[in-house]
Amino acid sequence: MSNTIIGHNLLSELKREAQKKRLAGENFFADKIVNDIFANAEDIVRKNVVRKDKQINWSQKADNVLTSKITGYPIMLLTLGVILWITISGANVPSAILADVLFRFQDVLTGIFMYLGAPDWLHGVLILGSYRSLAWVVSVMLPPMAIFFPLFTLLEDLGYLPRVSFNLDHIFKKARACGKQSLTMCMGFGCNAAGVISCRIIDSPRERLIAILTNNFVPCNGRFPILIAIGMIFGAGALASHLQSAAVAGIITGMILIGIAVTFIVSWALSRTLLKGETSSMVLELPPYRRPKILAVLYRSFIDRTIFVLRRAVLVALPAGAITWLVSNVYVGEMSILAHTANFLDPVALAIGLDGFILLAFILGLPANEIVFPILIMSYLSSGYMIELDSLADLQILLVSNGWTWLTALCTMLFCVLHWPCATTLLTALKETGSKKWSFLAFLIPTGMAFLVCFIVAQSARLLGLAP
Amino acid sequence: MEYSSVSCRVLREHFGINAKENQKVIALAGNPNVGKSTVFNALTGLRQHTGNWPGKTVDNAQGVFTYKNNFFLMVDLPGTYSILARTVEEEIARDFICFGQPDVTIVVLDATSLERNLNLALQVMEITSRVVVCVNLIDEAKKKNISIDYAGLEQELGVPVVPTAARGGIGLEDLKEEVYQVALGFKKVQPRKTRYSPEIEEALAALIPKIQDLGWGQFLNPRWVALRFLEGDEKLIDNIVRHLSLRTGQSMNSEVEIAL
Repeated sequence: MSNTIIGHNLLSELKREAQKKRLAGENFFADKIVNDIFANAEDIVRKNVVRKDKQINWSQKADNVLTSKITGYPIMLLTLGVILWITISGANVPSAILADVLFRFQDVLTGIFMYLGAPDWLHGVLILGSYRSLAWVVSVMLPPMAIFFPLFTLLEDLGYLPRVSFNLDHIFKKARACGKQSLTMCMGFGCNAAGVISCRIIDSPRERLIAILTNNFVPCNGRFPILIAIGMIFGAGALASHLQSAAVAGIITGMILIGIAVTFIVSWALSRTLLKGETSSMVLELPPYRRPKILAVLYRSFIDRTIFVLRRAVLVALPAGAITWLVSNVYVGEMSILAHTANFLDPVALAIGLDGFILLAFILGLPANEIVFPILIMSYLSSGYMIELDSLADLQILLVSNGWTWLTALCTMLFCVLHWPCATTLLTALKETGSKKWSFLAFLIPTGMAFLVCFIVAQSARLLGLAP
Repeated sequence: MEYSSVSCRVLREHFGINAKENQKVIALAGNPNVGKSTVFNALTGLRQHTGNWPGKTVDNAQGVFTYKNNFFLMVDLPGTYSILARTVEEEIARDFICFGQPDVTIVVLDATSLERNLNLALQVMEITSRVVVCVNLIDEAKKKNISIDYAGLEQELGVPVVPTAARGGIGLEDLKEEVYQVALGFKKVQPRKTRYSPEIEEALAALIPKIQDLGWGQFLNPRWVALRFLEGDEKLIDNIVRHLSLRTGQSMNSEVEIAL
């Protein structure tokens, strides 16, 4: 018996000593051990293996550039910027054409309703409500999606995304999160619900939770059009037209970077408070570069993503448009229900640089972010400013006449990137974590961040006298 | 010697492996997608039994084969890139090699990406010396113009190295022969020691004597245990204590006694 106790003493003494050494090594021993094993393996291979494999050499060279500490980050940033630039400049024209066609058809529909002598409210609900928000969703969302998704899938097919994950690994490690989180973030660009599901690839439950809770900070496809539209309206006005797309791409890249920065900050904070723990290393197999199968890419991005997301948006937009029209046209006293609610929200909204209508649109957009912008436009339109909206310039007039400044635009974009996840994402988080507490946090953390960041930005801009 | 074989059996049963007295236990490790299952199927044929690892949702396959009138029970470990126990699969693979005390561990490597694959072999060689390295997919490597000096590799690693193309049935007889030689102790193996950075080696040198004092030396490689202490893998350390107490307390005590 006494022997066992002595054995235990020896053991705890040993644990203490190892801990001391570990701390002296600044906790990098685990990493160093892995690195040393790889160095040994490299050494053995160098002595015993001769490679005349052209393809491997070629991909090794590509890896050296794409994952280098110096060129890796600029290339990632540039790729993101270029993709956004192509998306924006490419989406411009088809967006305008679609809007033109769809809104002209609205006039035709209105004509038919008039001819049939349909009551005003029916015309309002069906045409001004449902049809118009549908037209908005399609004309604003379809072109950027149809360009962005294939480009993104192309990168995926080329084998670039795992390299991105590799590059970002050490930042995630600093935040004590998993490097694979960057892959789940990439999924989040498409759809945050899909991003949350993809967190299954992270093995450690702690790191998986961090990834789930922060996935919302990458703007999904439903929020992209809001960023693009606002960016185009306010970001590019001052510049020569051929520079506009680049400027808008720059603004949106900036927004995405802010979202990514917040992801790191929140991950860092979580792993030091609620989800304490050390990071685990991961082995990431960098797949060979492949020539992408263009047809498969087009099919996958069109059917699996574009059509899928668009369908969801349309299904939500139809009823939401009708409801929004109703609440903005049913009057209680002097004002519509919508205006009453917006007024009620106004004090809070103004403090964070928005207005009541914007905040209300985000709240009503909980089922799907895609409809936030259509709701917003509709609520502005119903409050008196009737304008034929067939170009972004008209949209700018509408927003400015409703009191928008550059600060409103900035705060709306920030709020858009940071605010609560859509209902689908929240339900997915509930399913994946199996816990109401964590799902509530998945709502609370982004909401808190959105209010905090917008409040700081709005208040400091006003204090400095930069905006009213 | 006889005593330790009884305790081995207790430990293996803990993993759901019931080897008969005369069966040698062979563990099969390797990265995912290196043809590990092909090797497994080629050696055991239809004499397989599949299930789960006890208490885990990870597949476990066992199969038997005979070679030169000796019986072998082969255990297919989960495919992993390392055995640093970052995932359930890695933990299973490591714990079996560490506590299941297989008579031989075969590490299957992909000849077309030896660099990444060797890392697993080196990690296994730190736990157990009875390792046979199987370099698989040599046909693919040939296609890609990769030439490997197998004799040099064997000398460098200090354990038998067998080139195979399991899909075409090439090299499997050699693999069996080497496994047989090592399992029955005909061939002495002397695995290469992985060399670490000076600060790690320094810390190891200070820790190893104290680990030897614990009396785990007969059972586990003190150097490997010291590395895990340095990583701060408390769970493994507790696991070791638990597994050691699965052996009869008497031996544990006597070892501690000797140490003191």
